[in-house]
Amino acid sequence: MRYVDEFRQAHLARGLAGAIAREADPERQYRLMEFCGGHTHAIFRHGIQDLMPENVHFLHGPGCPVCVLPMGRVDHAIQLVERHDVILCTYGDMLRVPGRGRGTLLKIKAEGGDVRMVYSTLDALRIARDNPRREVVFFAIGFETTAPATAVALSQARAEGLENFSVFCNHVLTPAAMRGLLASSSGPVSIDGFLGPAHVSAIIGSRPYEFVAREFRRPVVIAGFEPLDIMQSVFMLVRQLNAGRHEVENEYTRVVTREGNAKAQALVSEVFGVRHAFEWRGLGQVPRSALRIKEGYGAHDAERRFTVFSRGNPPDARGCECPSILRGVKKPTDCKLFGRGCSPDHPIGACMVSSEGACAAYWRYRRFRRPSVVAESPAVL
Amino acid sequence: MSAAGKGFSPHLDIRRGCVDMTHGSGARAMTQLIEELFMKHFDNDLLRQANDQAAFEVERGRMVMSTDAHVVTPLFFPGGDIGSLAVHGTINDVAMSGARPLYLSAAFILEEGFPLAGLERIVISMARAAASAGVPVVTGDTKVVEKGKGDGVFIITTGVGMVPEGVDIGGGRARPGDVILVNGTLGDHGVAVMSCRENLSFETTIESDSAALHGLVADMVAAAPGIRCLRDPTRGGLASTLNELARQSRTGMILREDAIPVRPQVAAACELLGVDVLNVANEGKLVCICGPQSAGCLLEVMKAHPLGRDAAIIGEVVKDAAGFVEMRTAFGGSRVVDWPAGEPLPRIC
Repeated sequence: MRYVDEFRQAHLARGLAGAIAREADPERQYRLMEFCGGHTHAIFRHGIQDLMPENVHFLHGPGCPVCVLPMGRVDHAIQLVERHDVILCTYGDMLRVPGRGRGTLLKIKAEGGDVRMVYSTLDALRIARDNPRREVVFFAIGFETTAPATAVALSQARAEGLENFSVFCNHVLTPAAMRGLLASSSGPVSIDGFLGPAHVSAIIGSRPYEFVAREFRRPVVIAGFEPLDIMQSVFMLVRQLNAGRHEVENEYTRVVTREGNAKAQALVSEVFGVRHAFEWRGLGQVPRSALRIKEGYGAHDAERRFTVFSRGNPPDARGCECPSILRGVKKPTDCKLFGRGCSPDHPIGACMVSSEGACAAYWRYRRFRRPSVVAESPAVL
Repeated sequence: MSAAGKGFSPHLDIRRGCVDMTHGSGARAMTQLIEELFMKHFDNDLLRQANDQAAFEVERGRMVMSTDAHVVTPLFFPGGDIGSLAVHGTINDVAMSGARPLYLSAAFILEEGFPLAGLERIVISMARAAASAGVPVVTGDTKVVEKGKGDGVFIITTGVGMVPEGVDIGGGRARPGDVILVNGTLGDHGVAVMSCRENLSFETTIESDSAALHGLVADMVAAAPGIRCLRDPTRGGLASTLNELARQSRTGMILREDAIPVRPQVAAACELLGVDVLNVANEGKLVCICGPQSAGCLLEVMKAHPLGRDAAIIGEVVKDAAGFVEMRTAFGGSRVVDWPAGEPLPRIC
């Protein structure tokens, strides 16, 4: 596969692993947070941690839009189906995310709710055109990467006068979340540097992260999602840290520029404004961290169009360490609930919800004791 | 499938007709459907006896029996349809014991309104699959459910077969040091089906690998009667099958990612959709576990068979009572290959 295989070559990985090992100072620890779920997934899927020296640690950030969506929002989506009888269109990995009372869209669908998995906002528009007598709501979720596609759908719906189409907007913003993390008042933050978002940065560019270097004195390296991208970026971060530098560097130059995609940015700001604050699972209320649909598109805003009963967001479960895991202070295996009640089949905390969450990735890809399996001898770690 | 031998007039209007409730009512319409569609295409001596059961002689020895319910959307996909799938699936389940499949039964649950032309296409495909496998459909049943209470056609097939003497294959028999083989590329069926789902049409040249594996199994069993485990990695893909076998055998497994055969088009489709090819369904593949001394010979036998041309040794069984399946990644690291959590769902970013 072209443009993929080139970035997965084992011999280059060995060379980079050697370079990182030589560069890393054995006297210090390197705690590097990959912000994006895509990076977390790649790190585990390719076994990149095994190629790192012992003092280089990956901390798995809140960059999985499914994981950080508060339960109350899932409840709203469920209500749209149950009370307002809408056709709810959603991306696949939203289906399994539990709201309060463990209800999921998959369960609602099983009980007869009209929930449809789509791959593109254009599919949702088509469903709206094909069902003129039904209300069709697109459950919009994702970072800056998916927001332009939602913006296109909204402007197309308005242009066509597609009155039965609306969007339940849950788009969230990456730089604001990074600020939320670093300025966290709920405890210490133990992050030495960031592997910066890949696809998000293709849209917004590398400039929006410059405050991380300037105000918080942490280096950021924008990193592609392929394993060699990640290793090269780790090398760049280690070098910055050793030199005492904190700059925004770009490893993913084949896709990302400093200014980003101006056309996509213009589309997004035409349709969306920024919410005063938005709640993130694990992080709490984060100021100016999410998008809302502007007045001019209000007719297609599901939050204006339908009344939903809000009970707020339930607090994270007792004993759940997601907030500390997301700040890089704890590992999934430090959590008492991990594997004891909290698993990908029955997620309790945010990080277990999607395969991109730190806990789910640990569960799926790293070796540890699973209580459900009969044990005779301790597993070799 | 009992039916009298007299003809009906007028004949079933296969071109324009639809399944209706009378086709499952036990009335003349049902007999006509059975005669003009099912018996016509499945035709064989046992079926022609037209009794409510098929009676046949058996040799002495160990028999196996397996049943499988087939539901698939869409009913027709590149490289097969629900009919051929229903034959291959059950033949394979019987064959995974090392047995020679003998006979099949077939039960159809039809939804009112389903076009007879579509049904005929399915039955012809099924009859062809059974004939080319040499495993006849010898008895069956038809039910019709009201419109909206089915998904067009469901087919349940049951198969029986005889296990050759000296063959003892089971999921709990893997031992540390054993070798794990597959007979070819993984993920073809799942990707072919996904490529033509209503809301996800993408262009691909991939066809389902749906095939009856009993011929290949017969060659393998003849060459290495000491095969310990055989299983077809259907739903849940290779990941599920290996986790099942590891758990049953109370052993671990270590795979080598770069040894697992995957077509580039399938790898690309999985990459695009964000699904793991190890979780994607197959319908013409088997996993074989055997002692290290037989592995080389088995690999040659498999490669010599048309359904095993791309066979490969993909890993080994190791001591680990916790039953972990691990993989050395092509990139040079390692990871656990876990059970898939539900259906593979595409990721957002």
